[in-house]
Amino acid sequence: MSDLNVMTAAEMAATKAAVMDQVPGPEIQGQSPLHHADLDSLAKVGPKQGGVHLREHKLLGHLTLRLNPENDDQLAAAERVLGVALPLQPLTSVESGSYSVRWMSPDEWLILVPGLEAFDVESKFRDEMGGHYSLVNSSGGSTVLELSGPDVVELLKRCTSIDLHPKLFPVGKVVSTVFAKSSAIIRRTGEHSFELVIRRSFSDYIWLWLQETSREFGLVVKA
Amino acid sequence: MFHIYCPHCAEYREEEEFHAAGQAHIARPLDPEACSDKEWGEYMFFRKNPRGIHHELWVHAAGCRKFFNITRDTQSYEIKEVYKIGEKPSVVAE
Repeated sequence: MSDLNVMTAAEMAATKAAVMDQVPGPEIQGQSPLHHADLDSLAKVGPKQGGVHLREHKLLGHLTLRLNPENDDQLAAAERVLGVALPLQPLTSVESGSYSVRWMSPDEWLILVPGLEAFDVESKFRDEMGGHYSLVNSSGGSTVLELSGPDVVELLKRCTSIDLHPKLFPVGKVVSTVFAKSSAIIRRTGEHSFELVIRRSFSDYIWLWLQETSREFGLVVKA
Repeated sequence: MFHIYCPHCAEYREEEEFHAAGQAHIARPLDPEACSDKEWGEYMFFRKNPRGIHHELWVHAAGCRKFFNITRDTQSYEIKEVYKIGEKPSVVAE
């Protein structure tokens, strides 16, 4: 088998051809998958007290990075771009300023960056990293929900079979799992706060599901 | 319901996160052109259906999306062993 991590100059140049700024110009307004739910208005007129708080982090840059975790050059390149080493331990995540990196599988990471920086980060990766790797901007394919509040664990227990006890699910742990018959990437950001990365096509379903499931606790939408 | 250990995520998860992908260790003929119809047909379609120890390929579909092998007793449903692709099973039928 040939060494996939050694590339000719022509092949290296070819990997840079795929970079495209996916953020449209100011004449086109970006809309999150939950645009129709109008969470901003709900945050103003909806209840202010409740056991579960929901906030959408919309229009973030989602980058899926795949590389060989045994290639030290690529790991070093990723660290130069992100300012922090990729988490190699299963089910862990790291944060570096406004960037956050989630372990998804032994050779895959999901990186969230501010929406307007996605193109810059992607370009940096193309400049820094050589060899056989994949970086895909999947920003349009998913959105991020932040769930918090005193009853958030009770809510999530009704949605997923993952054990959320702090001993087994400490802050920073990230799992990709079945969520309300759909799927979600769940990360614990605090004792009573979680972050969900959900599919665009399932976002309306999950929004309806969360409203229904959180009814007994009271749902507070935050802008 | 199975409670399956994913060797890549290094923890137990519910069966609903996984899919079974059939018998493990099926070697593709090195030279398909030279295969007789019988050899190719057996590679493509014929699978074991043992009573007892069975090596199976599973995928952690909702999790890390990696394939791995499970040695399972088809009679008791007990999972004897979980091992990664490329590793040799330590539990085998006698």
